[in-house]
Amino acid sequence: MKKENLFFAYFILILLLIPFKSFAYSSDPQEFISEVVIEAKKILVKSNGREFRVAKLSEIALKTVDIKGIGSYTLGKYRKELSEKELKEYHLLFEKYFLKSFTSRLTDYSDPKIEVISSKVLNPKYTIVNSILLATDDKPEIKIDWRIYTKDPQKPLIRDLMIEGLSLAKTQKEEFASIIESNDGDIKMLFSKLNEFINKKD
Amino acid sequence: MNKNFFVAILVFLIFQAYPSVAGTSGSEELSKKSQSYSTGECFEGVSRAVFKFNHGLDKALFRPIAKGYRALPVPIRTGTGNVIDNLRSLLSISNNVLQGDLRGAGNKAGRFVINSTVGILGIWDPASALGLEKTGKEDFGQTLGKWGVGSGCYFVLPVLGPTTTRDAIGLIGDTFLDPVYQITHNNEVMDRTYSEHNYYYYRGTGAIDFRAKNIESFDSVEKNSMDLYASFKSLYLQDRKQKISNSNSKVETQDDSDWEEIDTN
Repeated sequence: MKKENLFFAYFILILLLIPFKSFAYSSDPQEFISEVVIEAKKILVKSNGREFRVAKLSEIALKTVDIKGIGSYTLGKYRKELSEKELKEYHLLFEKYFLKSFTSRLTDYSDPKIEVISSKVLNPKYTIVNSILLATDDKPEIKIDWRIYTKDPQKPLIRDLMIEGLSLAKTQKEEFASIIESNDGDIKMLFSKLNEFINKKD
Repeated sequence: MNKNFFVAILVFLIFQAYPSVAGTSGSEELSKKSQSYSTGECFEGVSRAVFKFNHGLDKALFRPIAKGYRALPVPIRTGTGNVIDNLRSLLSISNNVLQGDLRGAGNKAGRFVINSTVGILGIWDPASALGLEKTGKEDFGQTLGKWGVGSGCYFVLPVLGPTTTRDAIGLIGDTFLDPVYQITHNNEVMDRTYSEHNYYYYRGTGAIDFRAKNIESFDSVEKNSMDLYASFKSLYLQDRKQKISNSNSKVETQDDSDWEEIDTN
């Protein structure tokens, strides 16, 4: 009888753990990226509508990407010039902007074949994971490197994607700087452009 | 007359690319670490206008042609791309030599000989199967970068697109170094059957092949940019920096100090 109870308790424990397990990513950066790629691919190959894909991909991004960190990086020197209130407003806008841009880039691919091949620890805070998007008849093979923030070794986060060595975060940072500089340093113009982008129809 | 004109442009551009010689009036900062990202503009207003013109031209002409090209059967596109790459490797060989990269030059020369003969004028790529791997293209702009010439300022050329002072000099230098250009432009070397037109067909086909391979990438950048001009500038400068360092990995080219400043935890 006691043994039966023990089995039952064990069974319940397993049942309780299963849902949590599906949300936990590996702490190893290379495995972490493999899992993210597999999860994203599952969503992209499903024939559900675009809205479903966007919502699911956004969920993945919120869990696996350091959006706030990228937002701070992208703002560059200007983040020191913002008030607390403006900074808060910026991060809210940036998250919306990022998710829209991120999902828009990914939903263009219906069945991406990405192979995660290696990783290199840069320092305790960063690891680069190397992968390739396999060639198709129309597109050449593309190298994709992922900059993983490992300050919390148990919870790696994506901070940048480097496509054929070209950093998306860097490109975004220089784009933002250009918008601010061409408007006499007025940060509000960046906010306005972000709003415009967020509200733009696909 | 033509040669004098080229020389005059070369001298002007060389002074632009060497701010230490030309004075420090340019907006270029040559801190080696962040050199390519802090490249200043020569004349941004004009460049933006030219960029807009190029963008329009691309939409009206190059993109539709590239889409049409992509409708061709895969073997035809692959063969065309291979032939172009094979001819283009001749320019890379000259630049490998100028960069002191004799191993790279040897690899490309071996590939050229094998692919031009066994691969029938470069249509097929048996050299790769024989272990001579395809390596990156080289041009005179990269050679100048290797020699330590600064990028100079950034601007946009009509039709040809983004460039810097150094890379514009490179474009002119390439015409002297490219055997295909010399053969098609020098009647004393070859008879008239290799007319100048052939060079432009070759360059034009190369451009269309490249555009066709990157339709989605260009569309994605366009769709997700708030300032397309700035995005292209950033991508161009990052790409050139990487090519000059001959690095396949971002790990070797990216300046990590940018990331060090931020800490969200």
